[in-house]
Amino acid sequence: MTADRVVLGIESSCDETGVGLVRLAADGSVELLADAVASSVDEHARFGGVVPEIASRAHLAAMAPTMRRALDESGLELSDVDAIAVTAGPGLAGALMVGVAAAKAYASALGVPLYGVNHLGGHVAVDTLEHGPLPERCLALLVSGGHSQLLLVEGIADKITEVGTTIDDAAGEAYDKVARILDLPYPGGPPIDKQAKLGNPKAIAFPRGLTGPRDPKYDFSFSGLKTAVARWVETEQREGREIPVPDVCASFQEAVADVLTAKAVRAARDLDVDTLVISGGVAANSRLSELAAQRCAEAGIELRVPRPRLCTDNGAMIAALGAHVLASGAKPSPLDMPANPGLPVSTIVVQ
Amino acid sequence: MLVIALDTSTPAVTAGLVALDDGGPRSLAERVTINPRAHGELLMPQLLDVMTEAGHQLADADAIVVGSGPGPFTGLRVGMVTAAALGQACGRPVHPVCSLDAIAAQADVTGQLLVATDARRKEAYWAAYSGRTRIDGPHVQRPADVPTGDCTAVAGELADAFDLPVVEPRYPTPVGLVAAAEAVLGTEPAPLVPLYLRRPDAELPSKRKSVLTRGGK
Ligand SMILES: [Zn+2]
Repeated sequence: MTADRVVLGIESSCDETGVGLVRLAADGSVELLADAVASSVDEHARFGGVVPEIASRAHLAAMAPTMRRALDESGLELSDVDAIAVTAGPGLAGALMVGVAAAKAYASALGVPLYGVNHLGGHVAVDTLEHGPLPERCLALLVSGGHSQLLLVEGIADKITEVGTTIDDAAGEAYDKVARILDLPYPGGPPIDKQAKLGNPKAIAFPRGLTGPRDPKYDFSFSGLKTAVARWVETEQREGREIPVPDVCASFQEAVADVLTAKAVRAARDLDVDTLVISGGVAANSRLSELAAQRCAEAGIELRVPRPRLCTDNGAMIAALGAHVLASGAKPSPLDMPANPGLPVSTIVVQ
Repeated sequence: MLVIALDTSTPAVTAGLVALDDGGPRSLAERVTINPRAHGELLMPQLLDVMTEAGHQLADADAIVVGSGPGPFTGLRVGMVTAAALGQACGRPVHPVCSLDAIAAQADVTGQLLVATDARRKEAYWAAYSGRTRIDGPHVQRPADVPTGDCTAVAGELADAFDLPVVEPRYPTPVGLVAAAEAVLGTEPAPLVPLYLRRPDAELPSKRKSVLTRGGK
């Protein structure tokens, strides 16, 4: 009864409108068929961060064209789709609502089941498109403009538990704010990474947030780091000294990568898991992946990082999670399902 | 022909199936719920109820008409993206109509009509009509600033804010939506562009504040 099934995924939680298609094989493996993304990032640049209403407007304009592109890329038609998955949360309320409403209409028109799934789970599930099935237990580190989380994954469609999270800013947010301090463009990740390669990561001793003996072991804090960078830059400016932007970037980036990887490896050891998945927009950061590779190798942990295109928000990750949920035999979500901006990570599929 | 009619530009979540023949539009089934916070939850289940009651499948519809506002942003988008997705999945044209036109189309008035809905922030979305023809608007303004001079009646959700005789309807109806779209059904649909009438709330970042001067240091 389980022939190949095509699962369509719709993502609209932040500033990317994503539509992805995957094929779920009878053995439970998933294969990427299409991944179309429209981004409104350029419209947010002059505001220095995502403006929710601008993102929501862009989702409405991009939904049908992005769907068309995904279908063309896969050579399939909507009538070939066997199930639809959509990001039900977490994310921006108005943005999520566009994708959820669209998914309900597509699923109703096609007469296929609808799964409202968790965006964070999607960031983990996407790795199965690149590196095959996940082990029974693994740890996931999600880092982006919106997320900084350590998740214990015990079956991608079964059980995801938050082990640690940021108590203030997301890692990517800290990048954006430091970029602003240094007059670098938004989003801050790529320009800071580029500058950092030219600088000395030991030049400035920026603080490592929440790494004291009594601090929460697996939680993150990046607000103090951002403030430390701002203070350091202001002091130098006041003294009339030129700001060594590459050194500031390298030292800031080192502090971020150090804390993220140290906590991830420590959690993996403590929880006795031997696989770490790093995903989210900041996963593409060169120093983070380099340091993670080094520390995982030392600790005997297998490191899995999807290619950058899959790490950022997209529809393929939602289709991938939808496929695993479908394979698990989960009940579809009800058609009156709300978009949930605060959907807890433990809710993999909305029932 | 069979036309699906959707509107989420007001607190009314509206879904209907309308038959259009020589006698004009006629409602076969409709569901309307007044709930400004649940457009996304209610619209699609309501539409499926409508189709079941009318004994039709979604794919039986020949066209879709959707109110394109003006309306508060989040709710408005639910109807528009639902219509866009249905149209794409069923291979049917989707025609946007100004939601105020749909109200005017159902109002029984001789002379000029004002239609006003709630734009929140103490403002009204409004347009003025002569018969069914829109002669001014849509605009967004405070009710006190709306020029009501030649109007003999007012319809719409915010009708009570004006010193004019009030006529029905308060919200766009499925028949009103299809009536407002009647002239364009069968022609190339206009782009599905919502009538927001307001720019997004977004502040440009100010010059960076000195963190050193914060906290009295
Ligand atoms: Zn994300």
